[in-house]
Amino acid sequence: MKKEKLNPGYILIYVILIGGIIITVFPFIWMILTSFKTQSEAIAVPPVIFPAEWKLENYHEIFTAVPYAKMYLNTIFSAIITVFGQLLFCSMAAYAFARIKFPGRDIIFMVLLAVLMVPSSFFILPQYLLMQKLRLLNTLPALFIPNLFSAFGTFLLRQFFMSLPDELEDAARLDGCSRFAIYSKIMLPLVRSGLVALGILTLRFAWNDLMWPMIVNTSTEKMPLSAGLAYMNGQYTTNYPVMMAGAVMAVAPLLILFAIFQKQFIEGVAMSGIKG
Amino acid sequence: MAKKMSHVKDYAYGYGMIAPLTIGLGVFYLYPVAKVFWDSFHEVGAFNQRRWTGLDNYVKMFKDPIMWRSLWNTCKYVLVIVPVMIILALVLASLLNTRIKGRSFFRVIYFIPAITMSAAISMIWKWMYNSDYGIINSILSALGFEKMQFLTNPDIALYCICVVSIWSSIGYNMIILLAGIQGISKSYYEAAAIDGATGVQQFFNITLPLVTPTLFFVMITSLISTFQMFDAIYMLVSKKGLAMEATQSMVVYFYRNAFDYSKKGYASALAVLLFFIIMLITAFQMKMQNKWVNYE
Repeated sequence: MKKEKLNPGYILIYVILIGGIIITVFPFIWMILTSFKTQSEAIAVPPVIFPAEWKLENYHEIFTAVPYAKMYLNTIFSAIITVFGQLLFCSMAAYAFARIKFPGRDIIFMVLLAVLMVPSSFFILPQYLLMQKLRLLNTLPALFIPNLFSAFGTFLLRQFFMSLPDELEDAARLDGCSRFAIYSKIMLPLVRSGLVALGILTLRFAWNDLMWPMIVNTSTEKMPLSAGLAYMNGQYTTNYPVMMAGAVMAVAPLLILFAIFQKQFIEGVAMSGIKG
Repeated sequence: MAKKMSHVKDYAYGYGMIAPLTIGLGVFYLYPVAKVFWDSFHEVGAFNQRRWTGLDNYVKMFKDPIMWRSLWNTCKYVLVIVPVMIILALVLASLLNTRIKGRSFFRVIYFIPAITMSAAISMIWKWMYNSDYGIINSILSALGFEKMQFLTNPDIALYCICVVSIWSSIGYNMIILLAGIQGISKSYYEAAAIDGATGVQQFFNITLPLVTPTLFFVMITSLISTFQMFDAIYMLVSKKGLAMEATQSMVVYFYRNAFDYSKKGYASALAVLLFFIIMLITAFQMKMQNKWVNYE
């Protein structure tokens, strides 16, 4: 059984997989290397691979080129609110849809599910007009308000709540617990894996989304990192080392979180395929 | 009596607990659907004053050569990206399902682009594609090839964007496919191994047919998202150059009409068209699925 490692088929598999790794990783390495170069090193012909000196100048400059610190805080703030807001609203509704009987429940649920059929770019324009009407353009709430509500998240969590046995809930009800207490104290901890999966999918979306923040917040002070990078992309088209420094810091937090919680990230994505 | 009371209480909790989500989805997702249809029959000015124009936007849209160009570009993106991405993701997923060392290492690395923001990914690739100082041209000229204008040459820019999109979406879909493959019962493989089936035979006779439900899911989601390509095109191609019309997708054209040219009525008509195209294609796929998808 161990001998098959020497099989030429296995060598070919490793060659393909390692080739794939190089193609996957190279752009990131090149981003990091460029972010430490001086402008003249970056545009040298033939190209310089390693910077002569590893200096942090570009990482300082990005903070003066754009309100980068503000963008960072905006991103963290709106991502946290989006994740927890969505978990709260979706789990509460998902519990009710899965386990409480009330008139009209299934019809309301079907109508909400219809949202899933509509391509996401379809909502953008009216959502923008709503934000304009509410005078929320160029404010932080504009970044997260529509994303607090998710039909997909409700659907996903409902699947989890439906798979729980009735006995727990019946016992708690006989003890006189209210429905809300049952939801928050008994059921919510039992669907933890679903909450983690949804939280991760939402975080990935909230941190990285580009079109919506670019539309609602045009003032650089109110932009998240994604829109900030797009803004720099249009503005500072020549200073690549500084832009790469901005890109490195913008992607670092999620990559670090991913390094720590690999299993949860990968399971969350795999789950979206199975449950969806 | 007490039972009736508890029913009423249940109703109250039920409605109360769905209220925030239902109101939120209603205001920010259901109302917008009606609103887009409504606006598509209007001319919407820069200050949102509306004038009923009936079908004018639609008539104009079907006569608009740039719309047709964008629609054709979008189809090209779908036709290139979806099959290439799915085949590569499936190959990688099935290679990772063999008994090799370091599986989880490979899985983690391949997944990295999936959690990287598209704005940053586009920025990196724009820099690598740079025609004067980009690393790709440096490598090409070191190998004795001519330098290329990747993002400004209208003939190739679209395909260069496809490369970025495929590169960044393989890992995500590979993870989903791998989960599907791992859900296949081991007993099939054991039986095949006893019969002396090779790895390639096992792939075509066991893995491929049994992973079709997952494949179907990946295909539908990537079709829908590729039909709505925006980020990479917006970031990589300059607004002014010749390549703009040759690469712009339906959603980019929609975005420019809605937010750059402030033609919100016309943009709404474009959104409606895209909506129907995606609906049609999804419905077609759903109908076709019993021809090739095996549900055990």
